[in-house]
Amino acid sequence: MDIYVLLKRTFDTEEKINVSSGKIEDDGAEFIINPYDEYAVEEAINQRDVHGGEVTVVTVGEEESEKQLRTALAMGADKAVLINTEEDLDEGDQYTTSRILEAYFKDKEADLILAGNVAIDEASGQVGPRLAELLGISFITTITSLKIEDNNAFIEKDIEGDVEVVESSLPLLVTCQQGLNEPRYPSLPGIMKAKKKPLEELEIDDLDLDEDDIEAKTKTVEIFLPPEKEAGRVLEGDIGDQVEELVSLLKNNAKVL
Amino acid sequence: MSETKDKLFKGGAFLVEDLTADDVITPEDFTDEHKMIAKTTEDFVVGEVLPKVENLENHEFEHSVELLKKAGDLGLLGADVPEAYGGLALDKISSSLITEKFSRAGGFSVTHGAHVGIGSLPIVFFGNEEQKKKYLPKLATGELLAAYALTEPSSGSDALGAKATATLNEAGTHYILNGEKQWITNSAFADVFVVYAKIDGEHFSAFIVEREYPGVSTGPEEKKMGIKSSSTRTLVLEDAEVPVENLLGEKGRGHVIAFNILNVGRYKLAIGGVGSSKRAFELAVKYTNERKQFQTPISSFALTKEKLGTMASEIYANESAVYRTVGLFEQRMGALTEEQLDDGREVARAIAEYQIECSMNKYMCTELLDYTSDEAVQLHGGYGFMQEYEVERIYRDSRINRIFEGTNEINRLLVPGTLLKKAMKGELPLLQKAQSLQEELMMMMPEEVGDEPLAQEKYLLRNAKKMVLLGAGLAAQKYMKKLEKEQEILVNLADMTAEVYNMESAILRTEKAINKSGLNKSNLKLNYTQVYVQEAFNRIEADAKETLIAVEEGDTLRMMLSSLRKLTRHTPINVVAKKREIAEQLIEEEKYIV
Repeated sequence: MDIYVLLKRTFDTEEKINVSSGKIEDDGAEFIINPYDEYAVEEAINQRDVHGGEVTVVTVGEEESEKQLRTALAMGADKAVLINTEEDLDEGDQYTTSRILEAYFKDKEADLILAGNVAIDEASGQVGPRLAELLGISFITTITSLKIEDNNAFIEKDIEGDVEVVESSLPLLVTCQQGLNEPRYPSLPGIMKAKKKPLEELEIDDLDLDEDDIEAKTKTVEIFLPPEKEAGRVLEGDIGDQVEELVSLLKNNAKVL
Repeated sequence: MSETKDKLFKGGAFLVEDLTADDVITPEDFTDEHKMIAKTTEDFVVGEVLPKVENLENHEFEHSVELLKKAGDLGLLGADVPEAYGGLALDKISSSLITEKFSRAGGFSVTHGAHVGIGSLPIVFFGNEEQKKKYLPKLATGELLAAYALTEPSSGSDALGAKATATLNEAGTHYILNGEKQWITNSAFADVFVVYAKIDGEHFSAFIVEREYPGVSTGPEEKKMGIKSSSTRTLVLEDAEVPVENLLGEKGRGHVIAFNILNVGRYKLAIGGVGSSKRAFELAVKYTNERKQFQTPISSFALTKEKLGTMASEIYANESAVYRTVGLFEQRMGALTEEQLDDGREVARAIAEYQIECSMNKYMCTELLDYTSDEAVQLHGGYGFMQEYEVERIYRDSRINRIFEGTNEINRLLVPGTLLKKAMKGELPLLQKAQSLQEELMMMMPEEVGDEPLAQEKYLLRNAKKMVLLGAGLAAQKYMKKLEKEQEILVNLADMTAEVYNMESAILRTEKAINKSGLNKSNLKLNYTQVYVQEAFNRIEADAKETLIAVEEGDTLRMMLSSLRKLTRHTPINVVAKKREIAEQLIEEEKYIV
């Protein structure tokens, strides 16, 4: 089975976010594999171990993204592809990324493509579904269980706390939700082997794409941090007064009533 | 590591050589693989071990066994084992990073360290082919767990005074071991013990003793002040039958094994001390941001900043020193052939070359941890005294580090002792340098210190080395062979030498970072270095003065003190301001960064 994983490099979840002159500072920040994409890597490896074949991890990113690809290889993926847009693109959006991936997948015969449900940075959840549309294959999002028999996938999908059971034929794109599996730690032998596994680097030229073809459809107007949470207040006095004060605060300060 | 020159330094040579930044390996040289190995270890400790800390602290050792096997599955037990015997044969930086990251597991890190270090390494270094084949693959996966049994009730630092005996039986098939080994880490569950006993009460030798052999048993679990997550019991040998093929190394050569294993144990404890200090720092700085008194987070008080600034600078210097030592092993092992690397003895020899560095790192980094954990408790106030706070455990766990693997006092005495031995053998030109220094001091003129970064620190370092040589030279001249009785002076020299090593390690690391990433990105490193070097220099000056006063008197003393004044002439930096600057950055980050 030809299995592909879409992977994104994101800020470490413990990283403090600082914004300066309209940009998120990434100087000295730690980066990780987007946690939802880790479920995708783990699932891909498990499916390969059952059905045979190969796992290829693909990212659209920059030189530095190689580290996260190596981590996926250390977990057990077979090959990695870095589509490096560092020099060609200033800004891209979900449209850009999915068009680049479309070009990459054009001549591939993927049986199964796995992606994270969302990336924890921009959290659009669009790239997977967009790519499936562009490739003309089915997609199922937020899956929590995947079984493949012959050419069919039996899937459980998270729908707001309930479970939906879906069946689909391959080829198929799925996005992975928490609960699908427990991603493994890259083992030390895995880390040493990852050094020798193939990691191909492409630029958009190699995919016969031109900057203009993939120009972002959206524009980021402003980036700002959420307002700092203020300390809570305990209302005092007899209960009638407290209720009155609370209603007045909700009306006048919070303006929710 | 390719940018580091392939120049080999002798152990202790730092005292008489002028090194450049390219001569040392620093944490900034770690590769992506090193970082991935560190991350896997950290994720394993945080994800698997820490949720079980309560169980481990309550001596539920079935968890220790299970966790060690899980660690084995990830390769975390095989770093120092050759590939031919099922290990990973990683470089020493990788295995050091594993040790550092394991330190957060508290007592369980002692369990892990005893297994992979003092438990397995005697076989890696000194086992014969059959022994290696039989034990190492299973030790590397955790199928077998190891312990090390040297100490006895009446012999600690005096290890060769062991009373345990081994006698060959009549059939010549087994050694019969009798005796009691005390405070044996991992003894509740270890399958294999490396045991020292004297053949015919005379020839100090090492044996591989399996738990299942007749006559082998363990005593009750000890009640300890700290590292409660580790098992500590007595190993009792009552006519224990050990097959003759389980003699480890040669008969009567057990001290060689013990000596080499101690070196490894020492630098590994040092690395653990640095790792735990970073954790103590992180807990402290986070807490000072959360805790408010007088409606103000206590991190904004200047005295808090003073503590945080000092702690971090000390951590930086010690971290630089210990990884520099690991780098020295690497450089030396890099010069070995494949076959030599497979022969554990050669690896042990490469490490033993740096026994001075191992000892210094041991006492400096374990005292670093005592200091940082103490200040971390202090910054927590009364809460730091409560067991719900992790810092309370770190404080208790710290204390043993100054005692085991050779007390810090023994390690201190070893440093000048070994240096002088090397000087006598002509391996290090210490005495020549000391002699020419005395002449130099007569004519010495004040030196103009430049204002480029690190110029003052390098000047202080040069003069600190001279103070060590001055003190060591005078003491050697006066006491000659009787110097070993002057323990107070030896300890002063050991402290000064170790401070010099730390100072130089910090300076060279920072210089290397500036060369690579520029001054702007190295500002914090520069601040750490300036603070550490200034304060270390002050300590060295005090030690040097005390030493001169103890060794000389009258006119000679007055002359020597005036020489000392020439060496210590400088305009000190303002450490108060520097520490504030350091602390403010770290309070923002809420952890130790470089």
